[in-house]
Amino acid sequence: MDDIVIQAEGLTRKYGDFTAVHALDLSIRRGEVFGLLGPNGAGKTTTILMLLGLTEPTAGSVRVLGLDPARRPLSVKARVGYLPDQVGFYDYLTARENLAYTARLNGIPRAEAATRIEESLRRMGLGEVMDKRVGAFSRGMRQRLGLAEILVKRPEIVIMDEPTLGLDPEAAREFLELIRGLRAEGITVLLSSHLLHQVQAVCDRVGLFSHGRLALVGPVDELARQVLGGGYRIIIEAEGEANLEQALGRVEGVQRVSRTGPARFVLDAAGDLRAAAARAVVDAGGRLLALASEAPSLEEIYARYFQKEASHAGTA
Amino acid sequence: MLAQRKASGPMVSAERREGSPWTGLWAVVSKEVTDYLTSTRMFILELITVLTAAGTVFVASGRLRETVGQDPYLFLRLFTTGREPLPAFVGFLVFLVPIIAIALSFDAINGEFGQRTMSRLLAQPIYRDAVLLGKFLAGLFTLALVLTTIWLLIAGLGILRLGVPPGGEETARVLWFLVLTIAYGGFWLALGMLCSVVFRQSATAAMAALATWLFFMIFWGIVAGMLAQALRPVRFGLPTELLAQAQLEQALSRLSPNTLYVEATVALLNPEVRSLGIVLPTQLEGAILGAPLPLGESVMLGWPHLVGLVAGTLLLFALAYVRFQRSEVRA
Repeated sequence: MDDIVIQAEGLTRKYGDFTAVHALDLSIRRGEVFGLLGPNGAGKTTTILMLLGLTEPTAGSVRVLGLDPARRPLSVKARVGYLPDQVGFYDYLTARENLAYTARLNGIPRAEAATRIEESLRRMGLGEVMDKRVGAFSRGMRQRLGLAEILVKRPEIVIMDEPTLGLDPEAAREFLELIRGLRAEGITVLLSSHLLHQVQAVCDRVGLFSHGRLALVGPVDELARQVLGGGYRIIIEAEGEANLEQALGRVEGVQRVSRTGPARFVLDAAGDLRAAAARAVVDAGGRLLALASEAPSLEEIYARYFQKEASHAGTA
Repeated sequence: MLAQRKASGPMVSAERREGSPWTGLWAVVSKEVTDYLTSTRMFILELITVLTAAGTVFVASGRLRETVGQDPYLFLRLFTTGREPLPAFVGFLVFLVPIIAIALSFDAINGEFGQRTMSRLLAQPIYRDAVLLGKFLAGLFTLALVLTTIWLLIAGLGILRLGVPPGGEETARVLWFLVLTIAYGGFWLALGMLCSVVFRQSATAAMAALATWLFFMIFWGIVAGMLAQALRPVRFGLPTELLAQAQLEQALSRLSPNTLYVEATVALLNPEVRSLGIVLPTQLEGAILGAPLPLGESVMLGWPHLVGLVAGTLLLFALAYVRFQRSEVRA
């Protein structure tokens, strides 16, 4: 029980007639990196604000570290770090001064705060600029400053809203590297994003949001099995007189074969069936030119899921 | 699930919010005061006020030197004596203090949203109470600091120019005047604060606050006069009719913080003033005109005005508080 650090049951938030979050059930274990995914306006930010006690739920319950954020906001906010979407700082203050203010608000003693601030700024690669005004900082630097601020609190949970939005690929990669560092320290990370390929690289589990509901939850490869039917995708290039498409379709475990080029086939498979597929090509008298497998991308799962949903809605 | 929620409902509502709402208050106050004191805005305001203070003191003391020795309240006259085209120092304060106060507060809350620092700030272990009150107290402290500086400056310049030190009662009157001026500033500070909560654009908030100031400064007196004429018309020219109209006009005009401030100031700085209301000749029978009131009586004359200003401040602050507590965190 102690392992669950964030638990939501039937969490609902309405704004007038609009339901931003609908009966959300979610539990996140200590030490995992969880990604909340979904298009803009799907209810990710509202969920995050409810977890922090910054918005009160209309119905349902939340427990963060076993506490109700609406009733015990100070304890929750002292132990949870939050990096908002498009984080802002006081531009006329230096990086160090900005963090010193946060440290004071957290009631960290001055001397202790000074060492923690310096340490976390250096860790985020801002050691050189800690006495420069934040006004001159780039988007990536601000984002890292936001993470440095969170580290000053020494939180048990870090919640990030769209942390890589607006970063160039290099800065985004660096930032994801920093998130991995948090996991290595045993900090639980909850992040929201609509940039799926980035999230896929760092998250242990993801939850797909759609219209205020959490449609799917699980590790990426499990979701792939659920949505795409197969966890693996095998790409074969082969030539031959015989009907290779049929031959490949007969291989046990293959759910779907699609021809994407004159000599190119894509298999959706339950497992790594490369050897069996190669044998099938050779047995059918074909010439095998190339064989590769790729893990399914979250983007595809996502697209496929919402396609299905849309077609269901269309027939209903 | 509904039943479950119902069952847990009363228990949850009996539970109080944890901790003090003022957690982190002093961190907010000290940061905001530092910001104010180092800002360019503050420097400009100080420059303006100091210049007007120096200007009026030199004008006033120039005139007062001619009458040194005849006036027992010479020192108080420093604040109330003007010479065309310059008004007295008090006259300057009536419109300068609101401008300073509005300039200090119009972007207090919406500025945090504009810089996208609000959600980060509220994610710290503090309540919104601390943010709003902290900013208000910081503004009030800064205002008090500026006004006190000017007071000391005038006192110093006055002593130098007139060569007469203020007496004990005069000092006490001037101190009360300072308290009154800070309360007057508090009202406008709370108004600026309210505007900064209501309007998401700083510029809109500043315009709204300044429009209110202009309204009370220029139009309210005219409106009060017109309303009094409409509601208590003088039909037969009877003295009771005239009196009723004049009383209504005064009551209406006292809804303006400017009127409250000016009247209370008049009572404090002119010991000869015996009443702020309308005085009938019959009431003056037996009175020794020009005889000064003791300090306590002068303070009592302006006491309702001071209370009125403080009450208005609290009302505006409460409105801002309610709006701010209910506002959404996301910009």
